[in-house]
Amino acid sequence: MRKITFREAINEAIAQEMERDQRVFVYGLDVADHKRIFGTTQGLVERFGRERCFGTPLSEDAMTGFGIGAAINGLRPIHVHTRVDFLLLAVNQIINMLSCYSYMTAGRSKVPMVIRAIIGRGWGQSFQHSKSLYSIFAHIPGLKVVAPSSPKDAKGLLIAAIRDEGPVIFFEHRWLYDVSGDVPEDAYMIPLGESAILRQGNDITIVAASWMTVEAMQASDMLVARGVSVEVIDSRTIAPLNTAPIIESVRKTGRCIIADNDWVRCGFSAEIAARIAEECPEKLKSPVTRIGFAQTHCPTSKPLEDLFYPNAGDIIRAAERSLGLEPMELKKEEFYNWKKRFKGPF
Amino acid sequence: MRIQQNEISAERTRLNLDLYAKVYLIRMAEEKIRRHYPEDEMFTPVHLSIGEEAIAAGICQALGPADQLFGTYRSHGIYLARTGETDKFFAELYGRETGAAKGRAGSMHLSLPDVGFCGSSAVVGTIIPIAVGAAFADKRKKNNNITAVFFGDGALEEGVFWESINAASLMKLPVLFICEDNGLAIHSTIAERQGFNSIGEIVSKFKCNVFTEESTDPEIIHSIACKAIGAINGSGFPSFMHLKYYRYLEHVGIEEDFQFGYRSRKEFEHWLKIDPVKIQREKLKTLGVPEDEISEMESEINRRIAESIRFAKKSPFPPDGSLCEDICE
Repeated sequence: MRKITFREAINEAIAQEMERDQRVFVYGLDVADHKRIFGTTQGLVERFGRERCFGTPLSEDAMTGFGIGAAINGLRPIHVHTRVDFLLLAVNQIINMLSCYSYMTAGRSKVPMVIRAIIGRGWGQSFQHSKSLYSIFAHIPGLKVVAPSSPKDAKGLLIAAIRDEGPVIFFEHRWLYDVSGDVPEDAYMIPLGESAILRQGNDITIVAASWMTVEAMQASDMLVARGVSVEVIDSRTIAPLNTAPIIESVRKTGRCIIADNDWVRCGFSAEIAARIAEECPEKLKSPVTRIGFAQTHCPTSKPLEDLFYPNAGDIIRAAERSLGLEPMELKKEEFYNWKKRFKGPF
Repeated sequence: MRIQQNEISAERTRLNLDLYAKVYLIRMAEEKIRRHYPEDEMFTPVHLSIGEEAIAAGICQALGPADQLFGTYRSHGIYLARTGETDKFFAELYGRETGAAKGRAGSMHLSLPDVGFCGSSAVVGTIIPIAVGAAFADKRKKNNNITAVFFGDGALEEGVFWESINAASLMKLPVLFICEDNGLAIHSTIAERQGFNSIGEIVSKFKCNVFTEESTDPEIIHSIACKAIGAINGSGFPSFMHLKYYRYLEHVGIEEDFQFGYRSRKEFEHWLKIDPVKIQREKLKTLGVPEDEISEMESEINRRIAESIRFAKKSPFPPDGSLCEDICE
């Protein structure tokens, strides 16, 4: 099958949907400038015109309400934010209006709106350009929250999000943009609310979200090489959360690590741990382990930043503790490092 | 010539009868709310429109049937003026299955999208950008509809108002902004809150047509609304109406609140002399509408309100099984 990058998959999903459905439009700061949101909105102005792909005033709050108004009046907006952190300027609209518009009108007005928000990391992004925050939105009834980790999922989930009758917030990790993978050329949907089993195994379950899926796969490669049978589940959709495959897996393995690309406290990993505690506590052979950001703000300084973020090594150590294995030598292992990928600034 | 003048005068009478039907309906519906509220069956905070009727009636009269409107938590007036219906209205206030939003929304989040009343919000200023987006969709569809959005003077202190008027002016969107200025945000006066001299003047710095009026005469409001709508159609830029009125009652609830001293009854008495319902009724008389025609119209409205309240009280509450309905998950 044809291989394209995550960024190309996002771009292709939007272009195909805009081609198929005249109601779809893309807007937000910088969507139509020369950088085109890391290339994800490339070619849209040229193909569909400025009426359907346009930049906006620096008014995240009002421009979110603008999308709601356009959506209840028959259009299908895709609002883009180059960082999740900027989305916070729109939280009143998202939580007080977007999430409850259908409810407020007893289902008479639906809001088919997609909000794309990009998670930054590395090269000194620091604490206002690096947040994930999907758990905050997943907490709210009426919002669907998606965080894909592969090009194929990105395209299929984004198309499903655009065609959904309700609001969807779509979180894209900046580091995933260069990841390449098999992606079908034709438009297709991956249903919202279905997790994916990326690797089957019997000894331990790793549940991951967003970028941490990449780390989980690397960790599982190394654990498998040591003879450990690892099951890796990519949550893909944070809300609604598809817990059945996770519970089924934990019933089988009796061990679970949750690797999240966010803070641990009151987050996605807490939710998964709670579901396991509710549904199959008797199957646990060792305590559930949660892995996420350090409970502080993201530092600019590289050595501290490296400590702030969890990686495959942390997943391996957690698995070793859970399984009672000796710690393997990791000093010579190469984990993902932005220094090899980015020449800033970005 | 004589025939033409007769036609004009007949048309004016028809317009004023329509306007009176609207202001009277709003006033009496709310007076009935005041009467029934102490029974403690209407569990919804009510922000009554009494005193504001001319604005709701005048503007809704000027809007076309395909135009859309958005409001605030103080939207009984525009709901009734736009929809003309009272069954779903009262059922909503009583939290019943037969309500406009099946009892989900109550008084503070009224809407009836089927007839163009598209939503209202109880967080100040929050509905304004949604109207801007709705107008964008209309412009895309080239249907010549306009979107009216109502908000109070307090909304001008919210950032989202400025973001919205900026976007609408920049993008040339057919929005009719209506600032219903009662001079109070709950209990604090404009002087305590606004660091600029004049609402109309500051908004006039935008690429936007500004209209200011202090009248409580529904016909005058209607005429200015027609001009404001005409200005949108003529210039392509949005219009902003700054309209003064007096809130007769407390911010939320059914009582007067002059005893608390933050405003004076004297001020109220001044506005009472130009009460919109009273002056509109007097106008009908001067236009030669017979007293019995007016009182017949009033009885019909009162009968409908009484029937709707009975209907609401008899209506079932939403079933338990509907708790999680109408949410997109």
